[in-house]
Amino acid sequence: MYTLPLSQLDSFFEAVGTKMPLYIPQDNTSGKADFVRWTKGAHLSKALKTVRSAKDFFLPKTETLVSYKLEGKKIEIDDPRKELEDFVVFGVRACDAASFAIVDNVYIKQTPVDTYYKNRREHGVVITLACTDPAQTCFCKLYDIDAADPKGDVSAWITSDALYLNANTDKGNKFVEAALSLSKQNKLSLSESDDKAVSAQQKDIRAKTEKLPFVHLDLAKFAGSNMMNVFNAKLWEDLSHTCLGCGTCTYVCPTCMCFDVRDFDTGHGIKQFRCWDSCMYSDFTKMAAANPRLTQKERFRQRFMHKLVYYPMEHNGLRSCVGCGRCLESCPIHMNIVKVIKAVNESSDVPVPTTTKGAN
Amino acid sequence: MESEAFIPYIGVIQDIRQETPDVKTFRVTGRDGKKLFEHIPGQCAMLIIPGVGESMISITSSPTIPDYQEFSIKKCGCVTEWLHSAEPGQEIAIRGPIGNGFPVDTTFKGKDILVVAGGIGLAPVHSVVNYMLAHRENYGKIQVVYGSRSKQDLVFYKELTEDWMKRPNMEVDLTIDKAQPDWDGRVEFVPPYVKDLNPDPSMTVIMCGPPILIKLTLGNLKELGFKDTQVFTTMEMRMKCGIGKCGRCNIGNKYVCKDGPVFSFDQLGELPAEY
Repeated sequence: MYTLPLSQLDSFFEAVGTKMPLYIPQDNTSGKADFVRWTKGAHLSKALKTVRSAKDFFLPKTETLVSYKLEGKKIEIDDPRKELEDFVVFGVRACDAASFAIVDNVYIKQTPVDTYYKNRREHGVVITLACTDPAQTCFCKLYDIDAADPKGDVSAWITSDALYLNANTDKGNKFVEAALSLSKQNKLSLSESDDKAVSAQQKDIRAKTEKLPFVHLDLAKFAGSNMMNVFNAKLWEDLSHTCLGCGTCTYVCPTCMCFDVRDFDTGHGIKQFRCWDSCMYSDFTKMAAANPRLTQKERFRQRFMHKLVYYPMEHNGLRSCVGCGRCLESCPIHMNIVKVIKAVNESSDVPVPTTTKGAN
Repeated sequence: MESEAFIPYIGVIQDIRQETPDVKTFRVTGRDGKKLFEHIPGQCAMLIIPGVGESMISITSSPTIPDYQEFSIKKCGCVTEWLHSAEPGQEIAIRGPIGNGFPVDTTFKGKDILVVAGGIGLAPVHSVVNYMLAHRENYGKIQVVYGSRSKQDLVFYKELTEDWMKRPNMEVDLTIDKAQPDWDGRVEFVPPYVKDLNPDPSMTVIMCGPPILIKLTLGNLKELGFKDTQVFTTMEMRMKCGIGKCGRCNIGNKYVCKDGPVFSFDQLGELPAEY
């Protein structure tokens, strides 16, 4: 483990940020924070979380997949990708860091590999940051994510007077090596340290997360063996009744990874691009002949079934939610996954499964 | 090297045949005039018309044809309308093959096969039937029950009457929805016709057609003693990626693009009825 006096944090960012693209959470004009590329004078936001999750770095809102040039009946295809530069993201919270593994399962571990995503994952160094002050809407602990020990390539902790760094991966070790040499060049005192201060902070964080309101919800009903019972429950009608289908929950969600593929006519050719999409939208599954999810009830149900039942069935019980709480804060009608879990738990419609196939 | 699943092949439309008033068959090869890729009967391909859109289309031709693939396509949306106005020599982009295909070399082997299809639903199973005919010794009796709105809407009519009907140990039963002057065959919907034909419940069934045909035929087959495990169909859902990433073609925890499009009804029975 390494430590740096907190007074040198800005200089440290400058040392790193002038060498390679560095993104840190910065205050935006609406009093919240976004990941923004470091430039001289930038400061780390004190906000707990960014408005959008860190998935943007690996699965951007839009990206061109293929470029086409058309001439008469002829088509020329071009792979628009350029060599990617290594980049560093500092300040990713434990929840967002856990979301990468969930997306990796689909985009990298499941063949064929999504090379667009994989390239970005390989070039990004993720430096996580422990949450000293979790919000009431945080419930990562429900999914066994430890806000006091966030993963990523390098874990970081900020105490009242120091930054602590601990590398977890090869990529993380390389970053710390680079950081040590940059620190020497810039006369900063990044040096080896014991983990006493970090341990104390971890104890404090764990005591706080333990007391958060949604971290002890029961997920037993959301088992693969219970799929049909949860799916067919009457409660979806009521729960989805006020859903506007705006898709905000999807866009702020670190584990929502659905996309649309569309064409854009540049005037010189066609760019086929993908962009984030939402299962909450009416045309998500619409075909020329029919739409299997005709009303908001089916769309709403799909989103929660996928996160809590379908995805875990395919991925050893891992839930596709990390408890970041963004959807709790951003839904305009105050509907969210916590309310869904509670409603299913309270419903006599959905039995508690006797066996747990796939999930749990 | 990793396959680049999003980078398509360039296909050339070599030939276009009008099958019915709204169905055309497109023969596609690579620029070198050879087949673009190998496939299994029941697999699909994403046909991409840059600037217009893309559609997941089942491969109509049998994999036993060495030189090309064919797609029989009904005009019913932007991409298909565009294709219907295309001319031979036109290039398109193609990603494929996509999906699992029918278990022609395992479950179907040694079985008597009943094919039930309606309208353009014959297109995906056409590949299976011709594959079985090319490996005739591996299968028992092949019975095809096929119906459409009218005689003009029966796709592959010439092949059905001049080839399939004349094959040994093969039966083709055609029906149309409404009587018309130049038709002296059966006039009935497919589901009651299947019941009337009283197929042996030991047969393995391949079904493809509009949802109502599938629902009613399945009910009738069950009355005749068929079990869900014996009946296979190919599903249709909206797709974008075709490789299990974009998240829109799922039925419960299964994705039609990668776990399907071919499912048996016992598999479908375990999934939410959201299709």
